[in-house]
Amino acid sequence: MTVMKQDKGSVTIVLFSGDLDKAIAAFVIATSAASMGKEVNIFFTFWGLNVIKKEGGLIKGQNWMQRMLNIMNRGHARKLALSKMNMAGMGPMMLKMMMAQKRVPSLREFVDMGTKLGVKFYPCEMSMTVMGLRKEDFIDECEDVIGAVSYLSKANESNVNLFI
Amino acid sequence: MGYSVDRQLDARGLSCPMPSVKTALELESMDIGQVLEILTDDPVSKKDLPVWAESTGNRLLGIEEDGTTIKIFLEKA
Repeated sequence: MTVMKQDKGSVTIVLFSGDLDKAIAAFVIATSAASMGKEVNIFFTFWGLNVIKKEGGLIKGQNWMQRMLNIMNRGHARKLALSKMNMAGMGPMMLKMMMAQKRVPSLREFVDMGTKLGVKFYPCEMSMTVMGLRKEDFIDECEDVIGAVSYLSKANESNVNLFI
Repeated sequence: MGYSVDRQLDARGLSCPMPSVKTALELESMDIGQVLEILTDDPVSKKDLPVWAESTGNRLLGIEEDGTTIKIFLEKA
C-alpha cells in the first residue's frame, strides 16, 4: 500500500504446500502484513503452485509423466485439499462452510485481496519446468517467474521470512 | 464521544485479518487528519487495531464499547 508512512520492511513467504489450510494461513499473514504497509512477496513452489493456477484449461505437460502428474494434481485456489481430515473432499467443503459462517474470506478471495493490497506473487521456475507448467497456466496477477537466487535476495532484505 | 467522524467502517461480523485489511483500504482513500470510526465485534480487533495504527503511523484517538460493538477511532496521519 502506498498510503502508509512508515516503511517497516518487507515479508517474504515461500508457499511450498498446496494444502488449503496452509495456504489460508499464508494469506492471512500476507494480507495482514500488506495492510500494515509492508511489502509482501510470496514465492510459490512445488505444490504451492496450485494456489495460483488458473481454473480449467487443458491438461498441461510436455511428456506422459508430466501429464499424469497434472491429471492427478489439477488443483487451483478453489480446489485444494486439507492437510488433515480431508475425507475425500468432505473436509474442505465443511471448512469452507464454517469459514463462510464466520465471514472469513475464501482462499480465492484472499488471493484477490492480496493483489489489491499489492502482495506480489512469484512462481518458481524450477518447479514449473519439472511439472511442465508455463507462465500462462497461472493467474494474470503473477509477477515474473523467478529462481531461488532471486527469492533469496528478496528474503535477505526482508525482516520476516516464512516457509509454509 | 466527541470525535468528529469523517467516515464510518462497519466491520461487524468480520474476523481476523479483515478488520485491519478493511481499515487499511478505507484509510487509503481518506485525507490526512480525517477521522475514521471502525465498528467491530471481533474482540481481537481491540488489541490488533491499536497495534496496526502504531505500526502504520496513524493515530489512535480512542476506543469505546457499546454492548458487543467496539468502536475504534483512528486519525489518518
